[in-house]
Amino acid sequence: MTENGDATPLVQLENVNKHFGALHVLKNINLTVSRGEVLVVIGPSGGGKSTLCRAINRLETIDDGKIIFDGQVLPAEGKALARLRSEVGMVFQSFNLFAHKTIRENVTLGPTKVRGVAKDAADKRAMELLERVGIAAQADKYPAQLSGGQQQRVAIARALAMDPKMILFDEPTSALDPEMVQEVLDVMIGLARDGMTMMVVTHEMGFARRAANRVVFMADGQIVEENTPDEFFTNAQTDRARDFLSKILTH
Amino acid sequence: MDELIKYAPELALGFWENVKLSLVGVVASLILGTILVAMRVSPTPVLRAAGTVYVNVIRNTPLTLVLAFSALGLSDQLGLVFSEMPTTNSFWIVAMGLSAYTSAFVCEALRAGVNTVPLGQAEAARAIGLTFIQSLTMIILPQAFRAVIAPLGSVMIAMIKNTTVATAGGFLLDAAATMKEVFDTTGASIPIFLGLVVAFMALTLPIGFLTGWLARRLAVVR
Repeated sequence: MTENGDATPLVQLENVNKHFGALHVLKNINLTVSRGEVLVVIGPSGGGKSTLCRAINRLETIDDGKIIFDGQVLPAEGKALARLRSEVGMVFQSFNLFAHKTIRENVTLGPTKVRGVAKDAADKRAMELLERVGIAAQADKYPAQLSGGQQQRVAIARALAMDPKMILFDEPTSALDPEMVQEVLDVMIGLARDGMTMMVVTHEMGFARRAANRVVFMADGQIVEENTPDEFFTNAQTDRARDFLSKILTH
Repeated sequence: MDELIKYAPELALGFWENVKLSLVGVVASLILGTILVAMRVSPTPVLRAAGTVYVNVIRNTPLTLVLAFSALGLSDQLGLVFSEMPTTNSFWIVAMGLSAYTSAFVCEALRAGVNTVPLGQAEAARAIGLTFIQSLTMIILPQAFRAVIAPLGSVMIAMIKNTTVATAGGFLLDAAATMKEVFDTTGASIPIFLGLVVAFMALTLPIGFLTGWLARRLAVVR
């Protein structure tokens, strides 16, 4: 699974805690993500999955504990933090494409402004990526002219354009109409096959089964269980996980 | 009607001063207002506080006092001199005071615009590694500007009309001051009065139409 044979984990969380006021959303989280690994985080709403995902590129700050990315503790702010974020792709539930920019500009903005890539080269790469996610024909449209599924695939291309070491997916299909879910999942499965390190917060159990190396089950701010998808779905160890699975898998 | 024709050249020269003040005011207040809004939404508490204090003090002070302070306080007392020529100096003093005043309103209009931009836009900008300044100038402000073009037009119209209180800053060549001077010798004249109204409307009405049209044309579709 590892791309470059480097044995150190890409992401390490050590005793991470986070509160929203009185609510303890992350309780003493310890977790590692290896290079090339596809980690799926599932669990009931409000269990801290999104917060965990967003903490890794510091869109959420943490109260205590340590998050280490690629051997370095997450910088608190400034240029160092911007550099870290440029190495971690993020795909949001609500796409968040830049509304006043075309699809092509959405994909080239990061490489040209953050990495200093020449416009021609960035354009060429953007078209390759848009081709890969199947949106090349819409490159000069604006986000609002695309369907949700298309927008989310552009968002994946935008993340890929930065050549990230990892991509975080925060419920990437939850805001989509049902018939558009698969086109996004197909792109994600392709990325997983190509060895991209991914952390995916999702309710798509089919994706977890097909693409994940490991499933983490989170509830009430804690990691309750982690296992391979096969083991987790057929032989969950905890009552909490069995209860959750029985509610979503019975029909 | 005869008075209007007789004094038209003088009045036109005066009005030209209002036009020049307006031009400087539009450019300077938009730049200054943008800097102020950047301060007010910045993550640095000191900048935020400074922006807030500036906007609230200036916005709640009558323009005549701002202009009088610029002339008497900054220029006479503190020695801020733009030119040896008294009329040129007072022109720039008034232009400065007017821009300083209008920039507070520009800032607040823009801040309303910033609030129309969904939080996810800023998060996505940060997530690809843009710095605060980059995400502000490339993502947030361009969308904020488009959202408040029409209200900014109103701020600009108010500013153009405000050029007629330039006298308060010691600048006596503008159209209103010229009109008053003419009235002092000829007595009040309705045609002159209406003539100036028309002149100002010729300046402000197109701005209203233009900004309304631009607001529709450039609206960000979500």
